[in-house]
Amino acid sequence: MNPFRSPAAPADPAATARRFREAHEADWRRLDELLTLAEKRSLRALDEEELMALPVLYRQALSSLSVARETSLDRALVEYLESLSARAYFFLYGVRTPAGQRLRAFVLHDWPASVRALWRETLVTLLLTVAGVVAAYLLVIHDTSWFYSIIPSELAGGRDPTSSTAALRATLHAEPGGPAADRDGLSIFATFLFTHNASVAIFAFALGFAFGLPSALLIVANGCTLGAFFALFAPRGLGVDLGGWLAIHGTTEIFAILIAGAAGLRIGRAVAFPGPSTRLAAAREAGRISATAMAGVVVMLMVAGLLEGIARQRIDANAARYAIGGGALLLWLAYFYWPRRRPADA
Amino acid sequence: MPEHADERLRRRFITPEGVDLGLVLASAGERAAAFAIDAAIITATFLLATILLLVIGAWFGGNTGQIAIILWLLGLFVARNGYFILFEMGPRGATPGKRRSGLRVVARNGGRLTGDAVIARNLMREIELFLPLSFWFYQAHEGVADAATALFGLGWSGIFLFFPLMNRDRLRVGDLLAGTWVVRAPKTELDLDLIRIAARPRRGPAYSFTDAQLDAYGVYELQTLEDVLRANDWATIQTVAEAIRTRIGWQAPGGDSEFLNAYYTALRLRLERNLLFGRRRENKFDRR
Repeated sequence: MNPFRSPAAPADPAATARRFREAHEADWRRLDELLTLAEKRSLRALDEEELMALPVLYRQALSSLSVARETSLDRALVEYLESLSARAYFFLYGVRTPAGQRLRAFVLHDWPASVRALWRETLVTLLLTVAGVVAAYLLVIHDTSWFYSIIPSELAGGRDPTSSTAALRATLHAEPGGPAADRDGLSIFATFLFTHNASVAIFAFALGFAFGLPSALLIVANGCTLGAFFALFAPRGLGVDLGGWLAIHGTTEIFAILIAGAAGLRIGRAVAFPGPSTRLAAAREAGRISATAMAGVVVMLMVAGLLEGIARQRIDANAARYAIGGGALLLWLAYFYWPRRRPADA
Repeated sequence: MPEHADERLRRRFITPEGVDLGLVLASAGERAAAFAIDAAIITATFLLATILLLVIGAWFGGNTGQIAIILWLLGLFVARNGYFILFEMGPRGATPGKRRSGLRVVARNGGRLTGDAVIARNLMREIELFLPLSFWFYQAHEGVADAATALFGLGWSGIFLFFPLMNRDRLRVGDLLAGTWVVRAPKTELDLDLIRIAARPRRGPAYSFTDAQLDAYGVYELQTLEDVLRANDWATIQTVAEAIRTRIGWQAPGGDSEFLNAYYTALRLRLERNLLFGRRRENKFDRR
């Protein structure tokens, strides 16, 4: 008897392919069913026994795929197994962490860690902002016409070098019973500020892709706006009041914008000077860190919007405004930069 | 009719078990289609919500109206930034549009798709799409849309729009930064094996082919024939049967469909047997 001939089907050359399929088809279909069920609803739709079966069935499908690729020319079969294995792979190796746990990890570790990783860039954006403030301040102090070139008229809102000191003071402090006491508009204003600032911050981040230059420009321009306003208010003895008006939310908001710019710079740096890794790998690494920081920036801007839209309009005393702004800054600094132990599993 | 993967778009993707899943990248067209569906969903939801909130705001006024405006502002932000992020973070790794087109987002390195990657790839959309759009709306609104700005906006979006066509991996700028790919992940059904169909009792003459007749074709032609048989289109079957008959010099009578099934079975068994001996004949030009 020929030892190479299978005793089961001596005359049927198609038997090997058929038996391979017959032996495994039930398992493939079961895996298919379980995946469909779990994808449609959730993992909880499966009972314990089905959960235990899933990885076993997945490995069987993978090995079937390997066998089929080497021995079968039935393209429909190979494509089916490829798609089944890929589906099972993404399901089994996909992100399975519950949302609450992921949020916890973000707040406790990922967010501050990403901001710490950006410390060099944050320092650069801080210096750029300061440079913008100083430059704009000096320009406007010497020649007030610069104010119009730095501040667009819709942002100035009637605050320009021709305004009287009293009018300027009125923009900083609400008169009792005046229009600023219109409380209903406040929360809308806060929401609007949040969405607007968040969009600007996302731009500062995304534009970093162009070697970081647009991000740096945005940051300097932001500093110039600050400087020009100070040059307008400070000579009239309103510098401290303007500081308080800005500080209550500005410490949070400006810090958030600094981080957004820093995230953009990090990406720009990775694209321009990738260092030892490839440009693609460097961009990916920078993108991951910056994206985490950006999620945090959106949260910070939400806080800033609330402070600006609600707290600033109700708290009028300079001391209280400075206390809230300074306190917020201290909290953020401690949260981000306070040395802490790395979690055991990281 | 199954549409087969362009081999140039196939990429190695090794699972921890050491098997190459051979994922196929989504083509630019498929991605554009997926995005069109998503954009339609977002726009429709947004319009509906706006109308609903307008009605509520006008009806109740006062405090309810305030809340309606706040919800609208927040909704706009979430629709713009959150839609893609929230859906792609889910277990399917795809927005409804991508799911309809049978696509999903995966990490290029074969690891898990992490939240930060999803955020990074979608925040970049802001400059790819919304920045030129908002420029354009603003200009149109102010009535000062001059040619230079329009051209700049067009050029800007053009660069980002066609970026996926300018690299081998069809990466969007966001994909580049996030380390992600968009791949095809269609849900396919297991089709019957054609040999099994052919092995059913057949009527008519028994087909037997000589080795020379079976050596006319390789794997590529076999699988093309498989597609033809599965599609079961009468005109195509007739043309293909005629072409094969001519090439192998087949004279005996018989129906086109029966002949093709028989030839497919014989050819596949022969090629598969050769596979076991380590000979894979890729196509009819492969003479080793």
